[in-house]
Amino acid sequence: MLIVEIIVSFFLLLGAFFALAGSIGLYRLKDFFTRLHGPTKATTLGVGSMAVASAIYFSFHLEGISLHEVLITFFLFVTAPISAHFLAKAARHQRIHEDKGHPDSD
Amino acid sequence: MLSIAIAIAFAMMTLAQLLNLYRLFKGPSLPDRILALDTMYINSIALFVLLGIFFDTTTYFEAALIVAVMGFISTVATSKYLMRGDIVE
Repeated sequence: MLIVEIIVSFFLLLGAFFALAGSIGLYRLKDFFTRLHGPTKATTLGVGSMAVASAIYFSFHLEGISLHEVLITFFLFVTAPISAHFLAKAARHQRIHEDKGHPDSD
Repeated sequence: MLSIAIAIAFAMMTLAQLLNLYRLFKGPSLPDRILALDTMYINSIALFVLLGIFFDTTTYFEAALIVAVMGFISTVATSKYLMRGDIVE
């Protein structure tokens, strides 16, 4: 039972680290199109890892294996690129980068 | 050992939510605020998962799944509104 606790703790801390890294990227980066990368990649990986930790924990603490947390991971991994694509299109429509010397703004 | 890891993870997720809240209030443009709100949705899923492990119950799973679906739909709807001025045309 100790090895299960070690594995669950590892996945929890890995997930919290990646989620925090995504939010620090959202806080610190200077342009919207660079800020878009932190939450949509790092945070998705972090929360998916924490859901996997929950699946491992409940597989060993209840009877039977518990796979429904993988549903959250799958849903997040499918929908994160779609929302990032929509946000990038909305930002281009708002023309928020045209005064900063961006390569696209000639 | 698991209780220490859960406490550290709670602290890190709370710090992440505060950084998202800063970007939500400060964000210079509207897509910044939508992105911060979407990140807050996803981090609240992580907090629900942590609560489920902490209290040793599977009750919070449905709440996490509903928050995931509603966060995705609201992000797509608000981005569509910014693009077109309308959600469903």
